[in-house]
Parts: sequence; structure tokens; C-alpha cells
Amino acid sequence: MEDLNLPPIDYAALSPILILFGVACLGVLVEAFAPRRARHPVQLVLAIGGSVAALVMVVLERNTRVVTIGDAVAIDGPSLFLQGAILLLGIVSLLLIGERSLEAGGPFVAQAALTVGSEKDNRQAQGAPGNTEIYPLAVFALSGMLLFVAANDLLTMFIALEVLSLPLYLLCALARRKRLLSQEAALKYFLLGSYASAFFLFGVALLYGYAGGVNLQQINEAVAASQNSDILLYAGLALLAIGLLFKVAAAPFHVWTPDVYQGAPTPVTAFMAACTKVAGFGALLRVLYVAFEGVQWDYQPVIGTIAVLTMIVGSVLAVTQQDIKRLLAYSSIANAGYLLVGVVAQNREGVSSTLFYLVAYGFTVLAAFGVVSLVRDADGEATHLSRWAGLGRRSPLLAAIFTFLMLAFAGIPLTSGFISKFVVFGAAIDGGQSWLVVAGVVTSMIIAFPYLRVIVMMWLSEPAETTPTVSVPGWMTSAAVFIGVLATLALGVVPSPLLDLTNDASLFVR
Amino acid sequence: MTLSPYVPIVGLLILGALFALFSVSIAPIVGPKRYNRAKLEAYECGIEPAPQPVGGGRFPVKFYLTAMLFIIFDIEIIFLYPWAVSFDALGLFGFVEMVLFIVTVFIAYTYVWRRGGLNWD
Repeated sequence: MEDLNLPPIDYAALSPILILFGVACLGVLVEAFAPRRARHPVQLVLAIGGSVAALVMVVLERNTRVVTIGDAVAIDGPSLFLQGAILLLGIVSLLLIGERSLEAGGPFVAQAALTVGSEKDNRQAQGAPGNTEIYPLAVFALSGMLLFVAANDLLTMFIALEVLSLPLYLLCALARRKRLLSQEAALKYFLLGSYASAFFLFGVALLYGYAGGVNLQQINEAVAASQNSDILLYAGLALLAIGLLFKVAAAPFHVWTPDVYQGAPTPVTAFMAACTKVAGFGALLRVLYVAFEGVQWDYQPVIGTIAVLTMIVGSVLAVTQQDIKRLLAYSSIANAGYLLVGVVAQNREGVSSTLFYLVAYGFTVLAAFGVVSLVRDADGEATHLSRWAGLGRRSPLLAAIFTFLMLAFAGIPLTSGFISKFVVFGAAIDGGQSWLVVAGVVTSMIIAFPYLRVIVMMWLSEPAETTPTVSVPGWMTSAAVFIGVLATLALGVVPSPLLDLTNDASLFVR
Repeated sequence: MTLSPYVPIVGLLILGALFALFSVSIAPIVGPKRYNRAKLEAYECGIEPAPQPVGGGRFPVKFYLTAMLFIIFDIEIIFLYPWAVSFDALGLFGFVEMVLFIVTVFIAYTYVWRRGGLNWD
């Protein structure tokens, strides 16, 4: 038998993904063999250390531009930038996940399989140390995200989608308090996520029928030259887009977001809002820009309409929310709309502005959820908005931080929120999509109202008897909030270094 | 017509749907109805379910764990078999990759073993 021709593999370019996968496997072994007491510190060091090592490899590989391992993975400017962003945001999320000083045992449940409300379950809620499987799960999700943004064929992309989704479904179910809400969130996310995956796969199948391959370049060539029926192409693209738009929470595929964001443990919500959004938009950008550039005039109006719908749904429904986590969920939906404006621009500025927006939004939302995890009463986090009334009198520093973050979401100058909206809208105008900018500006004004309402409640209401106390944060939450606030401020005052970086990173390899 | 190759597929779809509808709707009319206790029990490869579910219908979650483990090794075999057939062609690279694959499966296995997933009681 003759030897097979094996494709060349650029291990250095793949090393961030491989490191994280190896670290996650090691984490599982730690769960198996380490004594119970040692698990939490060991896992935390392992997860953060692994992420830092992967980040170092991304930085070392910053000039790599290759398509490797049989055209399955493309390591280029956008994928390296997005991998770096995911790792940075992931490290900050791991700080939030690892915090154990806010309540006895940490924000995660000890044994998730116990019946809710049973005697054993009530006993473990009193302070049994939370389970430590969350670290390998989070690292598995991170490695999936790194592969998701670099996948150069649709099957690899699907595998990466599953690798990042399955751990997230589990993580959502592991909140220590409000177990039923948490399990409901996980079940909803799992069922709807499976539907979205099925749509994605169906799209892949149709595109395979159209192009005779699942490789993005192959599809691009087929779009230019194929004699096959265009119906297959459009149907395939639509189904594929549904799968991806679900992950980034664009309307009308957003309905899971508020429930899941509310029910999931707050550090996991932060992780999803920051990292999953980056990964989802990374994959969406690559699919639309590399594979379907030839039909951009056909899909631009559709994605544009979805962007407008997403902005309207997110901003209008945010006005009616009474729960801070749901408010932030609708804000995340609206932000997905603004990000889609950058995606639809379909030019190089579109890519670079979307990359900038993703990083800026990620840091702000991490800090915001970090603050949410600090406002607590006897039942855990006090997320109802009425409970936040008068918080500014009780703890001015925390309220000031949250005010700053809300202003950043609203897009006030000198915050990263302003710069990111500015560059995204600028790219859309260059791309001839001014109608999206009009919708973007109008909805920005609408969504400023709920943000300002929170600010007014915190500062101008009298603190009631029930105003919750603000826990003294441990160093990890403090560090996460500090990094988030610092990045929000720095990217608002001196955005040019990151803007230059995104500009250099905005070319896809073909 | 560009669609002509798909006409047989549509025909097959319609035929399939008709067959399913036909057999489901005709079965209660022409089929014999004989009572048999076994028909109402949980289907378990034709063997008597053991141990019998308490109160009828609820199984201990232990079965689920065992089934999951079985599926993991089942899938391992699916990948091992073609590799074994073309072992010569794949050479050392294929061997190393396969060992890595088996290692990842065994990581999951050791986790289940150490955390008591294999203890029945």
C-alpha cells in the first residue's frame, strides 16, 4: 500500500487552540485525581495559566498568515486578533468565575444533580464548596471559540460551534442560588441551541450540494462560476446564517438571551456576553467575507434588515425591563445589532470596526456583570431594579463605576462605547448603508433611556430599608472590574493603538 | 428545466409521507388487538427489565451513565476500525494521532472511574 499524502500542519499557528485543549484535558484529570481541597486553586491556576500561555503564543504568531491542516483552519489577521481578544476577555471572565469570597463556596453549586428544594440541596446551598468542573468546561469552551473564529471550512466550524456550545449549556445550569431559574436557562439554551445547530448543519449540506465542498474558498469559487441552481446557494446561506445569528443573539433569533442571561450564574453570563459574542461575530465575518463575497448584494439587504430589527427589539424591550440582568441582556441584543451594521458594510473598515467594537463591548460588559455580582442581599444577588434605588448613597464608588459603564453602553464620548459606535457607523456610511446608520442613531437614543433610568435610580432615590448591601469584593472581582473599566476608559480616550491594530488585522487570507 | 433532477426526490418525499400516513392510519383498523403485559413495559432489547422500576416507569440514573460510557467506546471503535484497516498507509503519523485520540477517550474514562461513575451502589 502506498503512503498517503498528509497535509502539512503548522503546529505553531495552531498552538493556542492545542494548548487550551490540552489544559482542559489536564483539568479533567485534576478533577479525577486531585484531593477535593486542592482542586479549586489548582484548577484556577491551570485555567488562567493555560489561557495566558495561549495568549503568548497568539502574540508570538502575530505575523502568521497561513491556511493549514488541509485547508481546515486559517490563521490570519482577523483570526489572530479575535483569538487574542477571546483569550483576554476569557482571562478576565475566569477571574470572575474563580471568585469565592462573595459567598461561602463561590457562585457555583456543589452538586448540580440534586433535586431542587430537597433537604440535601438546601444543605449544600449553605456553603458547600462549589464544583470545580467549571474550569475545564470554561477552557473547553474557550478552545472551541478559538477554533470557531479560525475555521476555514464549514464542518470544522460546526465542530468548533459544538465544542464551544456544549460546555456553555452545562455552565448555565450551575448557579448556586435560584437553582430552578438556572436549570430553566440551561434547558432553554440547550434546546434552542440544538435547533440552531441543526439549521447550521442543514445549511452546510445544501451548500455542499451547491459547491461540491465545504471549504470557504471552494464555496467562493462556486459562487462566481457554478452552474448549479442558485436556490441551493440562497437556502444554504440562509440556514447557515440562522445558526450563526442565533449564537450572536440577533433578532428574531434572540428570544433565548434574556432568560439565559438571567438564569445563568453571573460570571457565566459575563463570559457568554463577552466571549461568545466575539466568537460568533468572528465566524459570521469570515463566512460572509470569505465565502459569500460574490453574493453580497443579495444578502446585504437581508442582514441589514435583521440588524435594524435587532437594534429595535433590543432597545425598545430594554426600556420595559425590571431586572438588571435582563436589561443587560437586551442591551447585548441591541449591541449585536450595531455590530451587524459593521458586518453589513462589507468593506475593510467594516471588518476592522467590528473587531474594535467586539473588544470594547466585551470589556465593558464584563465589568458591568462584575458589578452586578457585588450587589447582594441575604438571597444572593439583588437583581431587581427597584432594589438598586438609592445605591449611590450607600456605596458611591460602586455606583459611580456602574454609572460610567452605563454611560459607555449609551455611547457617551470619552468612553469606548462612543468610539466603537462611531467607527461602525462610519464603515457603514462608506459601504453605502446609510439607512442602517439612521436606525442605529435612533435606537441609540431609545436605549439611552433605560441606562439613564438606572443611573437616576441609583443616585436620586432615597435608599430604602431593602436596599441591599454591597459586598466587599475579593481581589479577583476587583481586578476584573478594574480591568474592564480601565479598558472602557482607555479605548475611549486613546483609541488609536487598537484602531491601528484592527486595521492591520482586517484582511482575511484566501 | 433545471429542477428536473430533484423531481424524483420530491416524489420520494411524497411517497414516504403517504406510506407513513397510510400505515399509521390503517393499523388500528385492520390490526388485531390482543392484550399482552409485555407490550406495556419499557423496551429493553426484549429482555425482562431488571431491576424493575419502582412505581413503574422511573429508572435510576445509573443506567444512563453506563449507556453514555458505552456510546463513548462505541464511537471509539468506529474510528479505530478504518484506521486498523489502512494502518500501513497511515504510518507513524496515523499511529500517533490514534494514540492521542485514545488518550482523550481514556481521560474521560478515568474521570468517570475516579468519581464513582462505575460503582453500581
